[in-house]
Amino acid sequence: MEKIIANQSINVNDEGYLTNHSQWNREIGHAIAQEEGIEMTDHHWKVVDYLQEQHKNDVPLTIRRVGKSGVVDIKGFYELFPKGPLKTSSKIAGIPKPASCI
Amino acid sequence: MKNLIILGAGTAGTMMSNHLHKRLPADWKITIVDQRTEHYYQPGFLFVPFGIYEPEEIVKPISKFIPKEVDWLQIEVDRIDKDTDTVYLKNGDSLPYDVLVIATGNDIAPEEIEGMSGEGWHKDIFDFYTLEGATKLHQKLKDFEGGKVVVHICEMPIKCPVAPLEFAFLADAYFENRGIRDKVDLSFVTPMSGAFTKPKATEKLDYLLKEKNINVVPDFNIERVDNNEKKIYDYAGQEVAYDLLITTPTNMGSKAIERSGFGDELNYVPTNKATLQTKVKDNIFAIGDATNVPASKAGSVAHFEGEVLLENVLNYIEGKPLKEGFDGHANCFVETGHGKALLIDFNYTHEPVTGTFPFPGVGPLRLLKESRMNHMGKMAFKWIYWNMLITGKHIPFIPNKMQLAGKNFD
Repeated sequence: MEKIIANQSINVNDEGYLTNHSQWNREIGHAIAQEEGIEMTDHHWKVVDYLQEQHKNDVPLTIRRVGKSGVVDIKGFYELFPKGPLKTSSKIAGIPKPASCI
Repeated sequence: MKNLIILGAGTAGTMMSNHLHKRLPADWKITIVDQRTEHYYQPGFLFVPFGIYEPEEIVKPISKFIPKEVDWLQIEVDRIDKDTDTVYLKNGDSLPYDVLVIATGNDIAPEEIEGMSGEGWHKDIFDFYTLEGATKLHQKLKDFEGGKVVVHICEMPIKCPVAPLEFAFLADAYFENRGIRDKVDLSFVTPMSGAFTKPKATEKLDYLLKEKNINVVPDFNIERVDNNEKKIYDYAGQEVAYDLLITTPTNMGSKAIERSGFGDELNYVPTNKATLQTKVKDNIFAIGDATNVPASKAGSVAHFEGEVLLENVLNYIEGKPLKEGFDGHANCFVETGHGKALLIDFNYTHEPVTGTFPFPGVGPLRLLKESRMNHMGKMAFKWIYWNMLITGKHIPFIPNKMQLAGKNFD
């Protein structure tokens, strides 16, 4: 389905995750973050950059992987993106929600 | 004489020794290395805690499945030196190779979570991913009189990602059959957003959790286990109490990969997801649970990868371009208890959907739907595994690429 985010028409799934990463830009990320109640800082963007880089290389993302990335540790990750940090940060980064096989 | 070495004689390595033995040119010698002597039918671990399988049914000697022309070395690998194309063994010997196939798999690492491998390990905290864990859990379940049973996943990725959920379904049926289901509070605790994460599976299968009265605790990223309080805690401060914790610990690739200096954070080998050539060096290939490809870690995946890897090793030797042949295909039976099972068939780009398998429109197996026939398929698979899959035989009617026909996409 289509949704207007930051005055742009974007393809998202039922849960609001982008289905076409090429439509992503920082304005979109910023707007999704606001919906999630998160004010983006440089540190937030560094995490988003890291997630996008991993996604580009087909690396499956886990909390541990982010925690060992050198960008942020696990506690810090929860501070930046409270509740489900990997889900929330993935949504802001415009990449799919981490999923299992079914 | 040229040398091809396979590291690991589990599902993937054993299968590749059989594939390669039949197809490599006569001037190639194959050596396979593993520190173990026994081959486990790992899908059977799920059934041992419930007394459905006896341990003897799922263990056979490795040597039985390795072609006699292949050199089989029972010793632990120390490390791979990619720069000199050499495998170093724990006894100090070294083996030079022209082509290396890494099939070192993965294993549980309970020590990765604080408190998990402490005093409660195999007393009131169990895994069922090892024969030891599954066997001890069987004893524990036989004497269990009721309480809080928590089926838990530490973190992804894990071997056979649906196994913990299958365990919860089978546990529900087991306690019901023993007449104590009303005394058991059964929970499923997962770091994912739910027991099901894919839209179609969620839509079609969510009823199972309600029907079986399984309480799901999602988004739980475990930080530590408190053995005295019998509670698990997550990074966000959530806690879950248990009397019996059945966990799937962190899964990690082989320590030999870590010692070789080219694994990722979890010791998985960076691998091209379509060709199965590693990103470590052109003459090193990887298959099965040892790789970092974004496919499920499952025997069916290793099986479907096998044909692609065989062709690409031959292509590499002949100086031909590699084929981007692997599509992430996986095919898994999912036990739901009381003699029923589901079947799922999917790949990198297509989530599991409903339909018929393997014959479009006919079946006899039904995708993403409970049936007794699917359960019989799962039970028959043990024979197929020992007699066809690890000996590298083609399984009739099931091509390595996922078929679109017979599936209900929107």
